[in-house]
Amino acid sequence: MALLLAFGLAACAKAPASHSPEEAYDPYEASNREVHALNQSLDRNLVRPAGKGYAAFMPDDIEDAIGRFAFNLSIPRSVVNNVLQGNMRGATEDSYRFLVNSTVGLLGLFDPATEMRMPEATDADFGQTLHVWGAREGAYIELPVIGPSNERDTFGIVVDLFTNPLSYLLDDPESYYGTVASVSSGLSNRGRYSDTIDSILYESADSYAQAKSLYTQNRRFEVKGGSAGALSDPYDAPFSNTLKDPYDE
Amino acid sequence: MTSNPLSRRTLLATGAAAGLVAALPLSAVALTEPRARDLIDKVVEDINRVINSSKSQSAMINEFERIFGRYADVNIIARSTLGADSRRASAAQMRTFTDAFEGYIARKYGKRFREFIGGMIEVKGVRQVKSWHEVRAQVVLRGSSPFEVLFLVSDRSGRDLFFDLVIEGVSLRLSERTEIGSMLDRNGGSIDGLINDLRRAG
Repeated sequence: MALLLAFGLAACAKAPASHSPEEAYDPYEASNREVHALNQSLDRNLVRPAGKGYAAFMPDDIEDAIGRFAFNLSIPRSVVNNVLQGNMRGATEDSYRFLVNSTVGLLGLFDPATEMRMPEATDADFGQTLHVWGAREGAYIELPVIGPSNERDTFGIVVDLFTNPLSYLLDDPESYYGTVASVSSGLSNRGRYSDTIDSILYESADSYAQAKSLYTQNRRFEVKGGSAGALSDPYDAPFSNTLKDPYDE
Repeated sequence: MTSNPLSRRTLLATGAAAGLVAALPLSAVALTEPRARDLIDKVVEDINRVINSSKSQSAMINEFERIFGRYADVNIIARSTLGADSRRASAAQMRTFTDAFEGYIARKYGKRFREFIGGMIEVKGVRQVKSWHEVRAQVVLRGSSPFEVLFLVSDRSGRDLFFDLVIEGVSLRLSERTEIGSMLDRNGGSIDGLINDLRRAG
């Protein structure tokens, strides 16, 4: 495991110095675009109609409950990652949330923790843990089915499959409930945020570039625990070849 | 926060003034937190009025374009989405591009106002970040959990205007830079081609 981690940390590609830090580093663009075309046709033919059908067929309350159930099952994974990040407070808060929602909240179908104004869930994952440990995000990767990712997060997703304590505690078929619930809540989101996702996938000038940009910005925000990313001041940008004020025209 | 506003303000002002002398010798008065907040209070008030006015979609888009043109620094947003390519644009091209860009943004985001109908935006706080001020607003929509929008405000244009909107780390300016870059590529780098595309897009 330690060897695997060392490999994971070292394997994330380093962007050349000339690369703009506001953008994703994308040396595998050609193969990523092939995967993107595949994902897009998968969405058009299967996920989008299924999501719309699911959202239309399922009452909103039940969709919400399934979403909460799936999220609750992901909390033990966050606890493990908080411990790995040395965030004991986050680990404790998430543990209480899991405890309350799994009992009073009937296995997580309801969310009394939020109603009781308990601290927000950290939603920590192993990609974030790698960030805390100092790993670079590496090259951008679009994964089949899953979609936008990068080297660090892809490695994180694989490790998280093994670090979720629930997968060791539950027997078949209970251990699949979480997976089924995650897929359902994914479909539910596809249906519910249909306009937003459609505008990225089917209305933008280059859906690959747009998905890459949105994922990278949002993910950088998440791994930093929700603090603002490294935006630069557009008024400083050296885009004008003269030092003339752009307002002078 | 309000327990001792005078000494806090004095402290802030002294600190800001010291920083200002070093950083921006040309600027006479720095943007303050209350001024940044004032601007976004007005923006939010206007938006709330539009989303609760039960106007038609095209009327809402027109209203949104008016709000955007009035309170946002469309010049700097447009220029920065064009990026390094703005160097080779003529002054006339920049003007037409900026106009087309304003209409495009209004159509693209104004369309989405439909989802905001019956919702409510509220300013929650303001803080200084680097060379600008960040005003935090909460958006409460029907049937979804509230989310936060950050308005980035600067006075470096000579007026207090916002130059970006950020939701969950996603910046409108950076996302549109990607989009404008893609449109430019599709037009083989032709700025006039891009302007034509932009007039039809959104």
